[in-house]
Formats: sequence, C-alpha cells, structure tokens
Amino acid sequence: MSDVVERTLTALPGLLSLDLQTGAGKLSSTSKLGNLIRSITELTSKHDEEKLIKRELAAIKEQVSSPNTTMRQMKETMVRSIYCEMLGYEADFTYIHAIKLAQQGSVLEKRVGYLAVSLFLNENHELLLLLVNTVLKDLQSTNLIEVCMALTVVSQIFPRDMIPAILPLVEEKLNHPKEIIRRKAVQALHKFYLIAPNQVQHIHSKFRKALCDKDPGVMAASLHIYLQMIKESADSYRDLAGSFVTILKQVVGGKLPVDYNYHSVPAPWVQIQLLRILALLGKDDQSTSELMYDVLDESIRRAEINHNITYAILFECVKTIYTIHPKEELLEKAAKCIGNFVLSPKINLKYLGLKALTYVVQQDANLALQHQMTIIECLDHSDIIIKRETLELLFRITNAQNVTVIVEKMLDFLRLCHEDYAIIDLVAKVAELAEKYAPDNRWFIETMSTIFTVGGELMQPDIPSNFLRLLAEGSDSVEDDRLLRTYAVDSYVSLLQTNPTKLPQRFLQVISWVLGEYSHLVDDLSPCLVIDLLVRLLERPAVASDTRSWVMTAVGKLSTGAGGGTGAGGGTAEGGAGLVQRVSQQHSSSLDTQLRQQALELQLLSQDPELHTRVLPRGAVWGSLEVDSSLSFLDGFVSEALARGAAPYKPPHQRQEELRQEKALSLEPYALSLPISLSSCSIADRQSPTLLSISSGLSGNSTELPHRAGSGSLKLEGVKRVWGKDGYLPQREVPEGPSILQEASAPAPQTFPQQGGALTPPSADPSEEDRDKQQLASSLFVGLSSHNSTCLMGKPEAPVPQRFRRKHKNTDSASASSSSDSSHSPHDAANHFLYSSLLEEGPASPIMLAQNSLAPPKRTEANGTHTRGDTPVLPTANGVAEVGDQEAPPSLTMANEEAPSPGVGRHRDPPLLMGGMKLVQPCPPHPAPRASTQSSAEGADPPQLPELPPEPDHLPPELRNLPHSDMAPLASDQSLSLSCCRVHREDALVLVLQMSNACGAALLDVSVELQCHELKVASLRGNALESLPAQSVRVCWYTLLMEAPHTHVMVTGSVSYREESGPSHALEISSKLSLADFLRPLVLSTEEYGKLWLSLSQDVKQNLTLLDPDGDPLCSSLSVLKDKLQLHVVDIIGSEGIVACKLLQGAPCLLHCRVHAGALAVWLRSPVPGLPDCLLYHLQRALQER
Amino acid sequence: MIKAILIFNNHGKPRLSKFYEHYSEDTEQQIIRETFHLVSKRDENVCNFLEGGILIGGSDNKLIYRHYATLYFVFCVDSSESELGILDLIQVFVETLDKCFENVCELDLIFHVDKVHNILGEMVMGGMVLETNMNEIITQVDSQNKMEKSETFIFQSPRQDR
Repeated sequence: MSDVVERTLTALPGLLSLDLQTGAGKLSSTSKLGNLIRSITELTSKHDEEKLIKRELAAIKEQVSSPNTTMRQMKETMVRSIYCEMLGYEADFTYIHAIKLAQQGSVLEKRVGYLAVSLFLNENHELLLLLVNTVLKDLQSTNLIEVCMALTVVSQIFPRDMIPAILPLVEEKLNHPKEIIRRKAVQALHKFYLIAPNQVQHIHSKFRKALCDKDPGVMAASLHIYLQMIKESADSYRDLAGSFVTILKQVVGGKLPVDYNYHSVPAPWVQIQLLRILALLGKDDQSTSELMYDVLDESIRRAEINHNITYAILFECVKTIYTIHPKEELLEKAAKCIGNFVLSPKINLKYLGLKALTYVVQQDANLALQHQMTIIECLDHSDIIIKRETLELLFRITNAQNVTVIVEKMLDFLRLCHEDYAIIDLVAKVAELAEKYAPDNRWFIETMSTIFTVGGELMQPDIPSNFLRLLAEGSDSVEDDRLLRTYAVDSYVSLLQTNPTKLPQRFLQVISWVLGEYSHLVDDLSPCLVIDLLVRLLERPAVASDTRSWVMTAVGKLSTGAGGGTGAGGGTAEGGAGLVQRVSQQHSSSLDTQLRQQALELQLLSQDPELHTRVLPRGAVWGSLEVDSSLSFLDGFVSEALARGAAPYKPPHQRQEELRQEKALSLEPYALSLPISLSSCSIADRQSPTLLSISSGLSGNSTELPHRAGSGSLKLEGVKRVWGKDGYLPQREVPEGPSILQEASAPAPQTFPQQGGALTPPSADPSEEDRDKQQLASSLFVGLSSHNSTCLMGKPEAPVPQRFRRKHKNTDSASASSSSDSSHSPHDAANHFLYSSLLEEGPASPIMLAQNSLAPPKRTEANGTHTRGDTPVLPTANGVAEVGDQEAPPSLTMANEEAPSPGVGRHRDPPLLMGGMKLVQPCPPHPAPRASTQSSAEGADPPQLPELPPEPDHLPPELRNLPHSDMAPLASDQSLSLSCCRVHREDALVLVLQMSNACGAALLDVSVELQCHELKVASLRGNALESLPAQSVRVCWYTLLMEAPHTHVMVTGSVSYREESGPSHALEISSKLSLADFLRPLVLSTEEYGKLWLSLSQDVKQNLTLLDPDGDPLCSSLSVLKDKLQLHVVDIIGSEGIVACKLLQGAPCLLHCRVHAGALAVWLRSPVPGLPDCLLYHLQRALQER
Repeated sequence: MIKAILIFNNHGKPRLSKFYEHYSEDTEQQIIRETFHLVSKRDENVCNFLEGGILIGGSDNKLIYRHYATLYFVFCVDSSESELGILDLIQVFVETLDKCFENVCELDLIFHVDKVHNILGEMVMGGMVLETNMNEIITQVDSQNKMEKSETFIFQSPRQDR
C-alpha cells in the first residue's frame, strides 16, 4: 500500500509540473503566435517586419534546439515557423524538426509535422529521405487518420527513388474498406504515375477496378489518372469509352447520392472531367464518337438551370462536341450555346464564349460572322482580359484582306499594354501575321518597326532574326527584293536621323545590320552619311556593348564603299575612310575586348581593299558562302598541338563525366594513358563531312594551313564568318531556296457585294456609332465568308508555310542549291553541328534488321512468318506492321556497308561507335558463311526455328525478331569479351550487352554499370551475375529512353568481374548511340498531320541535297530517309512529301519536304526545342552518305 | 492541374500559400506579389479570370480568383482545369471554411493556418481536386477534430505520455 502511495507521490510533482508546463506552454505559445501576428500588423515598414521576424526566428531556433521542448510545444512552434515561411522568411533550421515531429508526435502533432514538411520541403530535398520510414510506419498503422495523413503527404511530396519502398503498401490500400483511404490511395498512385510512370505500369488493372468502385469519390479520383493516361495515348483506352459514357449517363441522370449535388446539379466536377475524357477519346474516331452523341445531348438538355456550374458543364460539352467526330444536330446545339455565352451579360460567360469561339472558329468561321457585332464590342471592352481574348480570336480569323485592320487593333492594344507576358505573346503574333499576309512593303516595314519599338527587349529573339532572314533570303524576284530592302534602308536612315535614343537595342541591331548590308542599294545615299549615323550610335552611352559590335560590323561592311573601292560613293571617299580610320583608332584601345578586336579587324580591312572584298563581299549571293562548320582548316593546327603534347579536346559532358570519375575512388591500379591513344585516334577520326568542306578550300590536309591559322589574316578570313558577332548571320541567312509551297489559294476573289450580303449586321438601326462599328466589322470580317475555304480551312490544312507574299515566283537559282548544306539554324544549333561533326565521326548507322545482311531474301520471309507466329514482345498489331514495314526496303548495298569489317568500316560506318581508346582486340566479325547457311536452313524450315541452336549473337529470343544492329565488339581482355547490339523495340531502345567468357574458368560477380545522363534507363535485366561459367555467353539488357533530344549520346560504363581466387578486374566500355536509334515512325493521317503541324512551335528549315536528281528525287530521297531514320512517310503530293516520326514515347517531329531548285527543302516542326535540329543533322548525314 | 493556391488580404498580406509545384522561396514570394498586383487592380465588374504572369508559367496558366470582403482567394491553374469549375470550387472552399469556423473571417485564417491547410488538403491533393462534396469534407475534418479532443484528453493523463 505504502508502495502505491509512494509511487503516486513521486509521480505527483512530475504530473503537476507537466500540467503546468503544458498549460503554460499552450498559453504562451498561442499568445506567442498571437503576439507575433499582432505586432506584425502594427508595423508599418517592411524593414521593421524584417527585424521582428528575425527576432522571432531566433527565438524559434532556440526553442526547437532545446532538449526540454515537448512535442506539443514543438507543434506550436512549427505553426509559427509556417507563418514565417509564408511571409517569405526562410526557417530552414526547423525542417528537420518538422520531420521529427511527424515521426515522433502523437496523431495531432504528426499532422502538423506532415503539414510543415509538405509546405517546407520540395521533392528533391535531401531531408525527405528521413521521412520515408515514418511514412512506411504510418501506412501500416491501424489508425485511419495516420494512414490518411501518410497518403496525403505521399501524394504531395515523395522522393521518386523511394517509390518502390512504399508502392506495395499503397497498392494494398486500394482494397481498403474505407472509401477515404481508397480515394487517397488512388490519388497517391496518380502522383506516382506523374513522376515515375514506369513504376506503376503493372497496376493498370487496379486503376480499372478503382474506376468501377462503388464509392463515387474513388471513381472520381481515378478519373484524374485516366485523363492523364488518355492524354498520352488515347488509342489504348478507346475500349473504355463505353464505360465512361455509362458513368456520365448515370451521373447526369442523378444516380449519385444527393450529397454530390452542387446547387442541385449532380456532381458537376465529375461531369466536367468525364466530358474531357470523352473529348480525347472521340477525337478523330467516328465509332467512338457515335457512342457519345446521346449522352452529350442529354447533358446539354439537362444543364438548364441558370448557375455558373451548369455553364461550366455546357462549356465542356461544347468543346467536346467540336472535338469529336461531328454530328450536325449536336453542332447546332453547341453553336447555340456559344451564342448564349457570347451574348450573356455576365462577363465570365462572355469570356468563355470568346474562348469557345476561338476554339471553334477554325472549323466553323460563320459562327464568328454571326457574332461579329459582339466581337467588335468586346474589342472596346473595359476589361483587358476580354480584349486580349478577342484579339486572340481575331488572330485566328486573319487573312490577307483584313490583316491591316486586325494588326492595327493589336498594335493599339500593345501601345497601351504594360503586362510583359501579354506583350511578348502579342508581338510574336503580330510578327507572324505581318510576315504571312503583308499587303505591301511599306506596311510590312512599318509594322515591323512598330513591333521592334514596342516589343523592345521583351520580344522573343527569333522575331528580329526571322525578319533579317526574310530580308536576306529574299524572294525569287530580284526587283521585289531590291524594293523591300531599299525601303527598309530609307526608313531606317530617317529613323536614325530623327531620334535614335528611344530605340531598343534589338531594333538598333536590326537597323545596323540592314544598313550595313543594303545601304549600297540606295543610289543617292552616301556611305559616309550612313557611317556617320552609325558611328554616332557608337558614341551613345545607352547603346549596349553587343549592339556596338553589330554597329561595328556594319561600319566594316560599309567601309569599302566609303574607302573608294567599288562603291557608288566614290566622291566622298576620303571623308568616309577618314571616319572609319578614326573609329577603328578610337576603339582599338577599348576595354571591351570584343569591340577592340573588331576595331583592329576594321583597321586591317580598311587598309587592304582586296582582302575586304574577299572577306565581306558586297551584295554577295548568300549562297556563295561556304561555311566550314567542321573547322577542318584547323585540323593541321590541332594535330600539331597534339603532337606537342596538348590535351585533346573533349566535349563538355565528357569532361564533367571524367571529373566525376576522378572524384570517385579509382580501383584500378593505373588508368590507361589516355591522351596518347585518344589523340591518335581522334585525329584519324576527324573527318570533315565531305560536302561541307570540299568547297571551302580550307580542308584539313593542306600543310601550310596550320601556320596561317595562327596568323591574323587567316583568322579574319576563316574564323570571321563562323564565329564573328554577326558571323552567324550569314550562316543563318543563306537562302534556303524558297521552301515555300505554292499555295493553291491565289488571293481570294474579293467580292465586296457578296460580303455586304453576308455581313449584314444584326443590329438594325444604324446610329453614327453603329455605322462605325459596322464599317469596322466589314473590314474585320472581310473575306471570312467568301474566303472560307482558302483561308480558314487553309490554316489547318497542313503546312501552309510562313511566307512572305513575295516569295512566290519560281526562279531557280543554282546558287540556292549549292549553298543548301550550310546550316540555317540558330546559334546553338550551329554549335551543335560543329561539335558533332568535329568530335564524333559517327554517322547515324541505320539499324539492321533481324536478318543478317548476308542472308538471302528468303530469310526475310522466314522471319516475317516467325514474327507473326509468335510475337511475345510486340504488344499491338501495330507493332507487327511496323516490323513488316522496316523489313521491306533495305537494299543489299546498305546492308553491306553495315557489315562490321573493322579494317574498312570503322572510319566511315561503324555499326556502333566506340569511344575509341579502350578497344584492345576487336572480335572478329560474324562468320558470314555460317550465318548464311543457318539462315537458309531456317528459311527452308521455319517452324523449327525455336529449336535451332542460338544465333551467334545470343540475342534473347524475344528480341531476336525485332530490328537490331549487328553485335559490335566493345572491349575485351584475356578472359572476358564484350560486345553489344542495339535492338529497336517499339517503345524503347534496348541495348544488349553480350558478355562472353573466353577463359577456362568461371568468372564471378560480374556486374555491369552503364552511365548516360542524357538517357533514361527504363529497365534493365541481367546486369549482375553471380558467375559466368567458362566459355559461356550471357547477355544483359538496358532499355533506354531518350527524353531530351541529342544528336548523339555517349554511353559509358564498366563491367567488373572477379576471377576465381583472383583479383577483380574491370573493363571500361563506351559506345555511342545516335538519335536515329530513338526515333520511331509516327503513323498519322494527312489530316492529323495537318492539325498537329499547326500546334507545333519549334521549327527549323533547311535545304538538303537530293538523291537521284534525274529519276524521282523526292521518292528516292524520302525512302532513303525512311529506311535510315525510321520515318513514316505520311503522304506524297506532287513535289511535296510529308513525313512524321517521334522520339520514343515522346515528342513528335513533323517534316515537310519539297523538291525545289534541285534541292530538298525540308521544314521540321516539333514541340521540343532541340529535336528539329538534331533530326536535321541526321537527315543531312543520311543523304550525304549515299 | 492546380499549381498554387493563394489567399491574401486587400493589402497583399499573404494569409495562406500552397504551391503544388516547386518554386524557390524567392520565386514564391514574387508570385504572391505579382499575383496580388494583378488581381488587386481589377474592378469588381470584370471577369474572374486572368492570364498568369511570366513567373507562374506564362500563357498556359490562368489565375482564377474570387474576392470576399477582405480576402482574395486565387487559384493558379493550367489549361487542363475548367475555369468555371474552379470558380465554384473556390466557393465550395469558402463555404466549407465558413461551416468549420462558424462565420469565417480573416482572423480565423491567421490563427488557424494549420486547420485551413487541413481543410484544403481534403479538397485538393497534390494539385488535383480530390473532393468537392462539402459534407464529405466536413465529415473528414470533424473526425480529425474529434481525434484532437480525445488526444488532448489522453495527453493529460501522464501514463500515456511517458
């Protein structure tokens, strides 16, 4: 008894103190938070607030680090630090305590802990790893609330690498009896799908189960996942269309619990989601669309109540109806809905109405006509957002007839607008319209000047460069070009004469380039005057340094005219020359090195007119310039430097790679002596792409070049054009041989009377104001009715190229074709080309097919049947078709080129490109006779295929039937030899690494490690073996995906193994993969192509050499490209061909090819920035190799 | 997807900020400021949609906002969300807050930031609308609140604590 009493007594003080403490803690900290907030609201200056929060944070810091702080106090503190963080003050010292709180606190504290974690940390934060265990524990908890919290935090932030750790637990929760848990689990899986789609691939069936869940909440949650997946590939889910329709029917019919009603509309958000899904599924698919007509009709009918949310549903319905395969009756109803939206007095609805019109107008221009008066009113609406949306709509209906009015409206808006993003967006649009539909030179130049002035430094850099390109490339009519250019020169001279101070830098750059290039075209303009104007720019402090170098270059170009060489201004020569002298003198000691260099160059040039005309030829056809992008004229210099012991050049990524490797512990005794082996092989490997360097006259093998390379004069000659500030411009501006479609539409018949009829505005009595509006309307909507087919429908009709009116006539210039190989791409692309041609000798070696090159055609058939017979890896019928496609065309010549004969083949066409230095003993090529006998045997008896001894390349059976390259030797030593082969699977590139044990004993612990930061490893198999028996062969495969485009990527890695009772060894391997390995044909219809084309933003144009110019050049060139790069030829119409491909599981790239002036004008578009450039590179290579 | 949910008062003081995409601390503050700047100068009789500034992702993103007395509720969403749908979601959110706090006012949001976050967490999870059924949300929040009460009770008995 006393025992008990004693215990109670001892416990009492603790209890009391605890109570006091917690009570006090609670009080003080709430009042602390209260105090904090109160004092913050009392403060007036930002500075005071900062001081206060600093103090507060210091107090928090002290409290969290004190060991006496209870969890409860910690929770209060955490709320305070959340508050501080929200105000923008970093409280990073509390992060770890937030995790601790989530880990150790009771449920309530845990909740605050989790909340703080999800607010403080981001997905990549390293502390997040500490949370994994807590989450794991809570997921297994029996307390529902803890499970909920864990699922919530998982769906907010969770480290990607740790997903496998909790995935099974989350999956398990899909079967939980409680709906809320199932719902959150679905949401968590959705998150996983977003950040690591391949990790949840296997649970698709469970998603289906969630979709059919009896709880509407779980079903609704699963719609998010489906929307996402259907967005990515609608085809795989078309079978579910029926289910979605049924669900929507039930929802619309009010079958859900009343709880889900919102303002007596049944589950509106679910309806919206479902309608979106249906739109995606029904797009371009008639039979699927037919399933939906009924339910769409019903949705529209039911959505009658006048409430926001019903309009939200109606809007979705309209969009869906216009997206899916059209049905007349529904379209009418949808059009009526749009009318209601547009005419609604509620401004939100008006906005949506305009949005819907913008969406719809490409299909049905008449709808815009019906509402033209409303649209005009919206143009003057007080709400800037409505105005913007209206302009967006007008942008869609612009044609050659209404362009001036619409552009004027846009410019009016721009002049009053102060929002950066709106300016950037609109300026780009105006530029596009001006280029497409400019009615005359004057208008065009003036509009562009306004754009440059308004857009200033904000606008996208490609606007000025496109403009300059357009000027430089010109049209096919010399006279038109001259007029345009002289007009530009005139207008810029007068601009400079009036007030150049306000002009933005970009505009000044454009002006100086144009003046430098074209002022000689204007007869009565003395070069001195122009130089004088330009030099005055140099003296202005407001002119930025890069603008100065543009100006300087322009002065350089003009100096011949002034110097009395050939120009028209011979009379004033002395003055001009003097000016140039003065400028160059003045800047030759400039602190800006760029400017100084240019000044010195200018000095030299002005003293040597002959050199000047050679370096800066006046009015030269751009085509005559050859850019030696391989820099082959430096070959000699490089080899000399290497011979003297300089380190060979490595591309940046390789350098980083090596740096990283150096940091890691090296287990090898000594690395191979890299520089020597690499230098020898890199020189040998450096081949300038033939076409680029042949005409440059500077090719690598002339011996005196290295010396000249060092001297100043050659630098000017050779380097100037490639690297100089404006050196890129000529490169960009090489005429690309008008790659323009002769658009079928001649300027539309402008029938005014007819318009009058069609455009009769709805409002009847024309007051003065109304008449103005009607006038505006008739000028805005001109051509919409009559022009319908040519203009509006013309837009979605595939590649209507961005064109300037004048580039229509067809005068072929021979120079255009000869120049076609120089790159037009912007700087980065040019760099890219340089790198790739300099450092990587690798052409995109076309993939080999399943059959060996030497196999007789019979084999093809055998394989074909085999493929169709058992296709374990090809999931869809599509895949089979693809294989069939690829099997058809490869010619024997190509196959022969492919055969890996180390002696000859390595330079030009190695099947797989090696890093070069570690290769000790290449394996002998495949024993050809054996292959052929074997294949003929197979050909004779296809059904027995599986029983045949494995092919010499040991490919896994499921890969053997896919197109693959030959096994190429990678590396070997006395006991292990490695070779590898690329297999083109429909959804990925499989890199198969074959390890063969050549020695008499087993090798142990073989493990392969591959690294490539540009690629994503989707899965791998067999990369670690416990033992590799003697004389046996094993394979390991890496499934690779390319996420961002690269022309080539290096895959490096090592294979380590241990001999029995021996030391461990490692073999370094490296191999190069080309973009072509990651391309797959994209099968599209012409219409789909047209739509997709319009939606893509990144485009690149280039002229390529045509093959077989005498026969059918387009077909033969395209078929070569198709074979080598796995493109899909969508359609060939006359002299044009449209081709599509995609990056594995990723972005599409569309090509529009046209035979013009003896060259193949290719225009590439893709949503991904680098892809067109990279692909272009391979196109070039593919055609050159022939 | 919802990119961010911001609540600030008429003076631009943030009352709640929740980002579903990662931005740096500075960018977040800039976004709040820029959003306030954009939203606050709009009249009452204009539409509730705005194009997002450059920071929040350019023309693909929209700001959808509602103004209640002293507070602005702003949702930054991308083009995959329905404008009107989100507008009513804000309404649902506010009504839910109103039920949970009984006549919600700015002070409730200040002093119970964590509770507001929890309510929001029931509605929007990882940028996706999870629940729009007000009764369901309130049930969830209530069950957690009950837990809080029982917890307080447990906490006060020392046996459990140590």
